[in-house]
Amino acid sequence: MNRQDLQTIIYAEKAKEQNNKYKHKICVCCGAGCISSGSEEVFRKLQEEIKSRGMENEVEVIPTGCMGPCNQGPLMKCMPEYTIYQKVDCSNIGTIVQSQLIDKKPIEDLLLFSDFRTTPFINAKEDPYFKKQLKIALKNCGDINPEKIEDYLVNDGYKALDKILFQLTPEEVIAEIKQSRMRGRGGAGYPTGLKWETVYKYVSQQKYVICNGDEGDPGAFMDRSVLEGNPHRVLEGMIIAAYAVGASKGYAYIRGEYPLAIKRFELAIKQAKKLGILGNNILGTTFSFDVDVRIGAGAFVCGEETALIASIEGKRGTPKPRPPFPAESGLWGKPTLINNVETFAGIAPIINNGGEWYSDIGTPKSAGTKVFALAGKINFSGLIEVPMGTSLREIIYDIGGGIQNGEDFKAAQTGGPSGGCIPASHLDVKMDYDSLISLGSIMGSGGLIVMDKSSDMVDVARYFMEFCMDESCGKCVPCRVGTKMMHDLLQKICEDKGTLIDLERLEELAVYVKETSLCGLGASAPNPLLSTLRHFRHEYENRISNE
Amino acid sequence: MESQKTNLEPSKTDPRLKLIAAKIKKENYKADALIEILHTAQNAYGYLPINVLKYITKALHLPPSRVFSTVTFYHFFSLKSKGDHTCLVCTGTACYVKGAQLILNEIKKQFGLQPGHVSADNKLGVQVARCIGACGLAPAVVLDDEVQAKVEVEEIVNKINAKLLVS
Repeated sequence: MNRQDLQTIIYAEKAKEQNNKYKHKICVCCGAGCISSGSEEVFRKLQEEIKSRGMENEVEVIPTGCMGPCNQGPLMKCMPEYTIYQKVDCSNIGTIVQSQLIDKKPIEDLLLFSDFRTTPFINAKEDPYFKKQLKIALKNCGDINPEKIEDYLVNDGYKALDKILFQLTPEEVIAEIKQSRMRGRGGAGYPTGLKWETVYKYVSQQKYVICNGDEGDPGAFMDRSVLEGNPHRVLEGMIIAAYAVGASKGYAYIRGEYPLAIKRFELAIKQAKKLGILGNNILGTTFSFDVDVRIGAGAFVCGEETALIASIEGKRGTPKPRPPFPAESGLWGKPTLINNVETFAGIAPIINNGGEWYSDIGTPKSAGTKVFALAGKINFSGLIEVPMGTSLREIIYDIGGGIQNGEDFKAAQTGGPSGGCIPASHLDVKMDYDSLISLGSIMGSGGLIVMDKSSDMVDVARYFMEFCMDESCGKCVPCRVGTKMMHDLLQKICEDKGTLIDLERLEELAVYVKETSLCGLGASAPNPLLSTLRHFRHEYENRISNE
Repeated sequence: MESQKTNLEPSKTDPRLKLIAAKIKKENYKADALIEILHTAQNAYGYLPINVLKYITKALHLPPSRVFSTVTFYHFFSLKSKGDHTCLVCTGTACYVKGAQLILNEIKKQFGLQPGHVSADNKLGVQVARCIGACGLAPAVVLDDEVQAKVEVEEIVNKINAKLLVS
């Protein structure tokens, strides 16, 4: 299929949308969170209800990806009013349909956040939860059916691809990404444009593009939700990247723990191939690119790029020393571009709106928006996207609805086992790459776990050390032995058997492991320990003086 | 005794083996598809029996050490049967903060099973996961592939008992 054919399809779909016979659209969240709360049954019951009332020509019911507030699920969004009902179950669907669609009187008691707010918002967009957010990577997530490419196409889907193929050279695409000042969303924050340029500059017959969807951090589910809610957006980002760096083959490495994300991404590939958006001679041009899915097999270290490459090659996921960086010698020794799911999800908007538009969002050093997965002792746990530089206080209190049961905030953990804890005294920290590093934590991939006084920080440090100890691949000694020794010392302190010497030894070991480990796993494994020591040292000392 | 059992060739007529053979053929007998093939095998058998691993080793012309080292490296692959019913407790950070350990303690108390163990009658297996990505619904437990959200200790014990009664 060439460009004209695709345009014809898009026009036809848009015309269909405009002559929409449907007066209402009801979106039922079918993200992994809401499915666990029973949204698939709600979806089926709702379809039956609409049918039994003979309204199937007036009301369109679609399943969508994640809408955000996962712990209020199953969620149901009525358009065009933008009224969201929470905790919908099969017993109250009839009542909701009757009052919302027929009597036009929304049921206040069932609205989103009705159990927290005295007057919940009928238009959910007015709610501070949504008002404070800015959705770029998550745009369309929760509004469209992720299993239908047509839904994506009418919402400017593959418009950016069309633009780069027919208007821009690879150099211009890279310049645009560089201008956006986007930094990789996988955690380290390496400038995306620079990475693309490096891969572009290496001359090779064969280059690869890899999408890193091995979201191993416990407490993070951003990649999962993006892949489940809008897989085509990620695919479009990958195709654009391939065009820019000159790659002809791509792999999406997705965790085996995410079967729904795998299923939807594979479906997206199939649909795109059918329309000639993926495969040989994309949209009738000379550019060809194909994508395969590789399923992760449960190893945290595979999030590290060289380990991920080894895993795609069918081997044990052990990292290699860098340099050479994958940009020079990656998959099967060829130049390889690896970006995170969220990075790829942000590419199409940058191409459509220009790099300058993106660089104006956020802070000077961290442009754009960041998706966070809120979890732990917070009222509205789920998925949010805010401009970089939003304060932690705004995220927790204005968006997240504060701490459960009105408790006091104690700490927020970011960056998973490679990150650290932010104490209450730094609640006003601006969430961007550099501010978090200065606090001894990292942005990481975006997991944000909120803790109240019930969390014992020494045990938190022990928990993460246990994680790193288990996940250490065993290749280099500092990580393999060091994490085990640090874990044992932490365990000892947790059992109130620690001494001051143990504490000293821990601090000494932390520096050794951090500086001598081969890859990021070992180099960052001491971070949770060091940051809790920095901000909650008294908890360690209390444990010790108790003996 | 164990080794005698595992020396048996997998039955050629076993439909599960045909699935694996088809996958190997589809991947063109390439060694780099090893993990994909192991996924297929584990889906078919529920775990990776030694004789099936031997079969894969032969088909891909790989040294057994390469296959065995790959299998044992990844958490997803298991060399032992996981039990008729599986109870997978998520111990990700959010679930940890919300009391996953209490759930594990209670399971240990009620069923005498620690993570990674299967009951003597092979009816129930208990595992832990690093994070299943259902953090908004913590603490989460996956009971026979069905995610249980915001689990209460008592409730999950009852649900496990109900599963055991049915079979």
